[in-house]
Amino acid sequence: MTAFRDAALVLVVGLAVVAQSVIFRFVAVDGVVPNLALIVVVAAAISRGSQFAAVLGFATGLLLDLAPPADHVAGRWALALVVVGYLAGRVRQDARTSPVMAVGLVAAMSFVGTSVFALTGVVLDDGVLPVDLTIKVLLISVLWDVALAPFLVPGLVWLVDRLGSYGRTTGSLASTYRMP
Amino acid sequence: MARRNLGQGPTSDGSRRVLGLLVLAALTVITLDARTGDDSPLNPVRSAVGSVVGPVENATATVTRPISDLADYFTTNKSLRDDVATLSADNARLRNEVSTEPLDRKRLAELDSLTRTASETGYSLVAARVIALGPVQSFSRTVTIDAGTSAGLTKNMTVLNNDGLVGRVVQVTRSTATVLLIVDTESVVGGRLGTNSEIGFLRGRGTIGGAGRLDLELVDNAVAPSRDDVVVTWGSDNGVPYVAGIPIGKVESVVSSPRQSSRVAVIAPFVDFTALDVVGVVVPKGTQGDRTVITQGGSR
Repeated sequence: MTAFRDAALVLVVGLAVVAQSVIFRFVAVDGVVPNLALIVVVAAAISRGSQFAAVLGFATGLLLDLAPPADHVAGRWALALVVVGYLAGRVRQDARTSPVMAVGLVAAMSFVGTSVFALTGVVLDDGVLPVDLTIKVLLISVLWDVALAPFLVPGLVWLVDRLGSYGRTTGSLASTYRMP
Repeated sequence: MARRNLGQGPTSDGSRRVLGLLVLAALTVITLDARTGDDSPLNPVRSAVGSVVGPVENATATVTRPISDLADYFTTNKSLRDDVATLSADNARLRNEVSTEPLDRKRLAELDSLTRTASETGYSLVAARVIALGPVQSFSRTVTIDAGTSAGLTKNMTVLNNDGLVGRVVQVTRSTATVLLIVDTESVVGGRLGTNSEIGFLRGRGTIGGAGRLDLELVDNAVAPSRDDVVVTWGSDNGVPYVAGIPIGKVESVVSSPRQSSRVAVIAPFVDFTALDVVGVVVPKGTQGDRTVITQGGSR
């Protein structure tokens, strides 16, 4: 059962990574697509806490770094999503109790994640855009994630809850969320 | 702060440790990949992931092609609109060109014959176009041409076109000039009959349409102008206001009443005043201006 749940999680993450580069390129605004992988990580953080989310963020980020369209230094998204997963997990109680907070959390994490990614790019001198353009990309990506969060976060939280609700200590918290 | 988190207090340190490890791992991956460049140890991993994710992406792209077509439909709608706008603008411009082509042809012919007039009469001409017709309300028949002092024009210059005498310049600004047409009631032109060189004065009647006529009063009452006799300008000193030898019109009829001491010949002007376009202004030889001066030897 654990193997199945892990496989399902990998599938969700993989789906997010593929979808954001294949499907959402049709609706890209100035080339910026919603960061579905980041939304998945935030949802996982809301559902299961910072430790789990950080690990999932690392894996998801690594997949983003290595999957075909990527041509940047590997590990940058991994680092960004680790930070996102950890931070999102720290404030998950607030995000659990109100959908507005959840959307706000996605917005904040989107900003943090993209910023961390951009900053590592600056440090590594890898794919750096001018500052004004970077800020524009940052804003569009935050708006994208905020626009999609209300539709995706509840479902993803529910899904991660389901996938992790067997015999885990954090699972009890998830069930209290669904039936307050 | 960590203590506040329900159910996370005991695991907080562990969580932090995990975070530290993960960040370290990420930094390691970054360093490995960034430092080694082309022969990065991550390249095999990259290609392995690519060989798994690539086909998935390919399949997804194939499956979502209808969506892409839909997106294409929306995104190209704007560019199609742009195309339509561009093409209709082009169309309008071309249609305009086609419709003005006879006019341009006519204008060219007028300019051409103006050049011929210059070479026949020996006068230097500045070509100009009629850009405005004086309103009838002001009770004078004037037109405005698009040449002024900058082209070397001054008051009292003769204006003609390829048919004959048009009038004279009465007002000049820098870029325009007002021409008093010979059909104006204020206009008096010295005329000479072509056949017997008898002189007289032509006065306009103030109408410019098909009925626009001039009255020629000959100095010598005894002379009877014959029908279809051509009247040309008489000319004067320095060609002011009219230079000599420009055809004005021909005799249409002769009116003579017993009460009047003189005969009046009705002259039909050669120039069609309602369709004035390109005109030439007779300027002194050697006039300098921002406009081409047509002379006997060509244009300069």
